[in-house]
Amino acid sequence: MTSATITAHGGHHDHHEEHHDQFGTVQLGFWVYLMSDCVIFSGLFATYAVMSTAFAGGPTPHTIFDLPYVAVETALLLFSSITYGFAMIGAHKGNKGAAMGWLVVTALFGLGFIGMEVHEFAKLIHEGAGPDRSGWLSSFFALVGTHGLHVTSGLVWMTVMLVQVARCGLTETNIRRLTCLSLFWHFLDVIWIGVFSLVYLMGVSA
Amino acid sequence: MSAHDTHASHGSHGGAGSYLVGFVLAVVLTVIPFGAVMKGMVHGSQAVALIMGAAVIQILVHLRYFLHIDGKTDRWTLQALIFTIFVLGIVLGGSLWVMHNMNTNMMPTAMQMPMGD
Repeated sequence: MTSATITAHGGHHDHHEEHHDQFGTVQLGFWVYLMSDCVIFSGLFATYAVMSTAFAGGPTPHTIFDLPYVAVETALLLFSSITYGFAMIGAHKGNKGAAMGWLVVTALFGLGFIGMEVHEFAKLIHEGAGPDRSGWLSSFFALVGTHGLHVTSGLVWMTVMLVQVARCGLTETNIRRLTCLSLFWHFLDVIWIGVFSLVYLMGVSA
Repeated sequence: MSAHDTHASHGSHGGAGSYLVGFVLAVVLTVIPFGAVMKGMVHGSQAVALIMGAAVIQILVHLRYFLHIDGKTDRWTLQALIFTIFVLGIVLGGSLWVMHNMNTNMMPTAMQMPMGD
């Protein structure tokens, strides 16, 4: 770990403070990607807000949303955020076992979240409240589905990282990749705050 | 060398304590709006204010404690973030504004059309 850190900062000893290792060039590039992803979500949120009363005589948030179910989904994602934090702490300490253990726990929480979301979607479609039912449901499936696809990609990435850390250890490169994935994962939790607030809570309270 | 060690162990990413503080704040800010809506304690504009207020504060908590955006974050990262918030405001606010005007001015539905006038 020590040698990895030194290599990471090689040649930048004088500007040590300016080179916050989380936000090196790669992290900044990844951050810019996340911000552009945020703009995609802003379009989906705007579409949802505009479509939020386009029920076409079909189901409304009151009739199809199950808040306790969404609360459990939210809890799973929130738990996965803090367990990923613990994985990063383990990785920075060079503790491979702790890093991998917490990554597995994080992936299981994420898997639980996706499982619940797929079940919710299947149930809605089965009840005739699929994306083709109304403008509101189209925008609902587009927004929540895009978030779900992101979480699924995060899980694939996490699986790949588990294999890489198991085979090559906590190298400088792997720690950098884990840091990018941590930004991605925490970012998805931030998007979910918007989803449960604007879609589920506002829908049911309206 | 020792400076690097300190830097690494200092963990520019916050320790377990920092994550736990963020987690507890996030739980509180999630439970409040969920509880209020599920128990039917808030309605209408009150509900909007509570849900959106809690969401904005929770997003700030996540940025601070999970994404580690703070006073030490470099300028480019902050500029990208601030620019994105600016674009977000235009896309969200602009869409709602334009569509609201369109709905009120151009597409009166049967319900909105006053019969007597």
